[in-house]
Amino acid sequence: MPEALSLLCRVSAHPESRCWALAWSPSGALLASCGGDRAVRVWGREGSGWACRAVLADGHQRTVRRVAWSPCGQFLASASFDGTTCVWRRHEHGFEVVATLEGHENEVKSVAWAPSGSLLATCSRDKSVWVWEVDEEEQEFECVSVLSAHSQDVKHVVWHPSQELLASASYDDTVRLYREDEDDWVCCATLEGHTSTVWAVAWERSGQRLVSCSDDRTLRVWQRSEGHGGGSEHSWQCVCTLSGYHGRSIYDVAWCHLTGAVATACGDDAVRVFEEVSPVSPGSPVTFGLAAHVPRAHAQDANGVAWHPREPGLLASCGDDGDIAFWQYQRPEGL
Amino acid sequence: MVASGPGAAPLENANPLIYRRSGERPVTAREEDDELPDAIDDREIFDLIRSINDPEHPLTLEELNVVEQMRVKVDDAQSTVSVEFTPTIPHCSMATLIGLSIKVKLLRSLPERFKLDVHITPGTHASEHAVNKQLADKERVAAALENSHLLEVVNQCLSARS
Repeated sequence: MPEALSLLCRVSAHPESRCWALAWSPSGALLASCGGDRAVRVWGREGSGWACRAVLADGHQRTVRRVAWSPCGQFLASASFDGTTCVWRRHEHGFEVVATLEGHENEVKSVAWAPSGSLLATCSRDKSVWVWEVDEEEQEFECVSVLSAHSQDVKHVVWHPSQELLASASYDDTVRLYREDEDDWVCCATLEGHTSTVWAVAWERSGQRLVSCSDDRTLRVWQRSEGHGGGSEHSWQCVCTLSGYHGRSIYDVAWCHLTGAVATACGDDAVRVFEEVSPVSPGSPVTFGLAAHVPRAHAQDANGVAWHPREPGLLASCGDDGDIAFWQYQRPEGL
Repeated sequence: MVASGPGAAPLENANPLIYRRSGERPVTAREEDDELPDAIDDREIFDLIRSINDPEHPLTLEELNVVEQMRVKVDDAQSTVSVEFTPTIPHCSMATLIGLSIKVKLLRSLPERFKLDVHITPGTHASEHAVNKQLADKERVAAALENSHLLEVVNQCLSARS
């Protein structure tokens, strides 16, 4: 199936280091990458390839693990092993640090903006998830909640595509969901099933389902079912487990909001794409099939995957080889 | 299997059993021929790790039987290396540090294409699962190696003894 995912371009993004993660700006004009060289780089299209537009090198003392754009595209947040999260503002000639968020006891592993842009979440090896309120005019960030639901290192946080509902993934093998409840934030669901570290989660466009990837070499798809009693409570169920496809730990997963395709980055160097198989009859089980598999997508572990927010099928991946690869995905016929 | 002291031993193993070191690897005619492909084998991996120093004794991991050639598996074609190590006592508090030292030695010595798996020999440590999970988490290993104090301790384990 190699024709389903074809390489467009490859750039050496964090040479002599590893590239940990990628994030597209909301318009898709820019791609941010971060890595073990303590830098964030911002990439833009140039001809048929991609060129580095900015290097954000003076914000962090240690590895930058994840990056996230604000919904307006004007701010970029970077989470670092140095225990801080930097918020960068984009201006005409580059980026400047407007805030450094401190408080976590050790490595910050992930950062995410709520869809409204008024909240930011960070998580850390200190087992906590912090929710920050954003005052965009003042460029001030105030911690409004420290959530200690996880019993281990928290690897990833990501907000629901339209609601103020937050998901986190952890070394304690669970995914947890949080929402605001009478001026306080609470854990409202725990998704149990993975048998090792959950590295990342991604929401489906509707926000009714999410997918998680794990060191146990499986993907799990979770579905929300409206609770009884008509309240705001809801429960989540694992409706599909994809096992047998990945040779090693799965470090990242991305659910395309344009096409519905699910991409994974795996420690076996491969990038894979899965598609949901149309149900034979209503009520039949949810199934996903492998639609594309590039075994040597990177020379070392693949760490990150990100679908372009506007161009269907444009996928970026990154890995321990320090490279970013750009791919065009075409759903195979007859799947 | 376990080279342990009496069952009531405290955390530190005061009187470890000492094992004889293996001899030098004999060089074969095939290996001397530069024309022939020379895959990395178990013995080469073992040679890389056998002289790592124990964190608390002036002895090597080989002398304490923490590493053995029979617990090294390499598949050069698949680019995989698996090493099992055996803590000298089931409650050894140094197990993670020893595993990390083995991992760092191999990371520094082998081509980057290799996938390294470092595990505790099954059944030989009370916190086997937790230590194995920690060693397999490359994000935590990367963070540990950015910690200058820890890196110094690892480097001491890896330094050649005079």
